[in-house]
Amino acid sequence: MKITVTVTLKKDVLDPQGKVVNKTLKNMGYNNIANVRQGKYFEIEINETKKEKAKKIIDEISKKLLSNLIIEDYKINLE
Amino acid sequence: MKSAVIVFPGSNCDRDVAIALKKFKFENQMVWHNDLTLPKTDLVVLPGGFSYGDYLRCGCIASKSKIMSDVIQHSKRGGLVLGICNGFQVLIETGLLPGILLRNKKLKFLAKNVFLKILNLNNKFTSSYKKKKIITLPIAHNEGNYFANDNILKNLEDKNLIPFKYCDKNGNIKKEFNPNGSSNNIAGILNSEKNILGMMPHPERLIDPLLSGEDGSILFESLIGI
Repeated sequence: MKITVTVTLKKDVLDPQGKVVNKTLKNMGYNNIANVRQGKYFEIEINETKKEKAKKIIDEISKKLLSNLIIEDYKINLE
Repeated sequence: MKSAVIVFPGSNCDRDVAIALKKFKFENQMVWHNDLTLPKTDLVVLPGGFSYGDYLRCGCIASKSKIMSDVIQHSKRGGLVLGICNGFQVLIETGLLPGILLRNKKLKFLAKNVFLKILNLNNKFTSSYKKKKIITLPIAHNEGNYFANDNILKNLEDKNLIPFKYCDKNGNIKKEFNPNGSSNNIAGILNSEKNILGMMPHPERLIDPLLSGEDGSILFESLIGI
């Protein structure tokens, strides 16, 4: 089973890379871009057939390794 | 006194700190991150550098390496742990110290000398600084902007667990003398038992007049008990 996890900085944490991307897009003439937040994207293949069990494991590793909950949020996407 | 310097792939201040430890008569051993157990030691040093290329988050992958479970055990037994720069980031990711180190406020890698005020002399790492309470040490980091919630900061301040704060040459602790934007001008913190110190400045880089100063020596003198 393939599961993806997106990790982004919390809303209140400054995202310098997102800001620079936003500014660059404006410089390129995309004036309708309002805001950009940059994050991390993980594709995880897991040897598990039960969806719920897989989700539980991915939830655990998202907390333990993939994100730091002081500054980041994560979102799990089951395919 | 015995010491062990942990070497991660990407550590680059490990040999500098080993030279400093030897100068102050520590019996030092280098320990590879993949080892399972520490040798008998009083002090564990997590050196500066870019462990695992700063992948995922600074210090994150190193904090999960095999040797770290024994480092945690060592600290729980009251053993001394010193994390310098990337080592501080590893301690944060391990959870041995609270808070987090964000990117520097102005988003630039900083490599320069800074003034520090010593605010706690009552621990194994900084006791000898009673002879000099405003010092200079080099910093060299991109993620040194210490951040923690109000409760953690209050606890650090109330229990006097912040031995180093950024200041000017006269010891004034103000925002304009803070190089990286850290909360309360924090440059280093202790755990509540005061056997773990994490700091962004590099004491091992100022241990000889030929290196333009000896303010870092005093930390090693404190540890060895001079």
